[in-house]
Amino acid sequence: MTLARRIIPCLDVDSGRVVKGVEFTGLRDMGDPEELAARYNSEGADELILLDITASRDGRATFLETVNRVAQQLNIPFTAGGGIRRLEDGNAVLRAGADKVTVNTAAVARPELISELAARFGSQAVVLSMDVKKTNAGWEVFVRGGAESSGRDAVAWAREGVSRGAGEILLTSIDRDGTCSGFDCGLTAAIAAQVSVPVIASGGAKTFDDFLAVFSEGHADAALAASIFHTAEHSIGTLKKYLAGRGVPVRLSP
Amino acid sequence: MKVSIVDYGAGNLPSVERALRTLGSDTECVTRPDEIAKASTLVLPGVGHFSAFVTGLRERNLTATLRDAIARGVPILGICLGLQAMFAASAEAPGEQGLDLIHENVQALPTKVKSPHIGWNQLRRLRESILLREIPEDAYFYFAHSYAAAAGEPHTAAACDHGFPFAAVVEKNNLMAVQFHPEKSGEVGSRVLRNFLEWAR
Repeated sequence: MTLARRIIPCLDVDSGRVVKGVEFTGLRDMGDPEELAARYNSEGADELILLDITASRDGRATFLETVNRVAQQLNIPFTAGGGIRRLEDGNAVLRAGADKVTVNTAAVARPELISELAARFGSQAVVLSMDVKKTNAGWEVFVRGGAESSGRDAVAWAREGVSRGAGEILLTSIDRDGTCSGFDCGLTAAIAAQVSVPVIASGGAKTFDDFLAVFSEGHADAALAASIFHTAEHSIGTLKKYLAGRGVPVRLSP
Repeated sequence: MKVSIVDYGAGNLPSVERALRTLGSDTECVTRPDEIAKASTLVLPGVGHFSAFVTGLRERNLTATLRDAIARGVPILGICLGLQAMFAASAEAPGEQGLDLIHENVQALPTKVKSPHIGWNQLRRLRESILLREIPEDAYFYFAHSYAAAAGEPHTAAACDHGFPFAAVVEKNNLMAVQFHPEKSGEVGSRVLRNFLEWAR
């Protein structure tokens, strides 16, 4: 009896379409969120994450509609976020059908947001998303979609987020995101060793061995990827069989 | 068959409702004591904080009616916090009282394991289970919780281990409850709900 390592496909959505960026810039249309969600649900995804990367505030209603439509396709856990600034934003996403909400930039600006969400919805519903980049100062947290340094140390921020009630950490390596050069196992292991909650590794997935490495060397509890699943380059089922064959506990039954 | 889902103000009702409807059930969300008193099958879903849960029930005057319905033999399925609410009390909210249908307490997961216990885990069957009928022994279920009730006889039909062996499936006469989320556990979760509905019929 073992807690399975999770494989989590991520949909970045802009104006109701799934898009994919390369190193946080340059967007490409990847398809319809409902169709992709239904496919991942049946392929054995352990969870689905939907992130709103629309810059404008008027895209909010469209995003909530997408959350609602995607939720209808799933019988697995569903996390949504992007642009969550206030308690009411989190409430709206959960009411639209998500089980958990992610916070990022606004939580760095006002960490109480994490405490407020956790007090209202429980820690299991709050995912602290952090975008991290290696700088001369070490691993630093960046905000506004990776565009701006926050001056915060990644390990310290992860620990603060957890002490404020975050139930999971979604850890994205900006250096690796969209580059297909593998997860940042060093960063993932450093954070996983310092927090008491599950860590979801993100950024850089390309090969099956990248996933194997982030679970074995990176001590990740879950691994997230987008583009390699969207393009049907790899199916989630095949990836999980590969991992199971190498001793990683994964859920193979549908 | 009509299934009455208890709405105490903080649960994740839509996904539970959708999962039951997919199985062909007629569902209604109930918020008043008279609705619960008339119900033939009850589901008590739950996410969030134990105190919000028991306060929500109390403020809507649902606590006594729920206990009466269960004492009358109405089939009920508690989910996640809905399982914990069947117990006497929880370390999450000292001083608050649960429904006390099982006279034991809910504890925090120990600090030696990651908490919340989030993700897919397997079960260990302690005896024949109605809810787990025709589900493979090695099936995975989705959990998301920081507190749990220790597995104990005779109420626990299946346990899960995370820090300590805890009650994952409770079956005590007409009282059924699961610590995992069947509505989020894929096909096997759907099978758990179907087993409950078939048994309640």
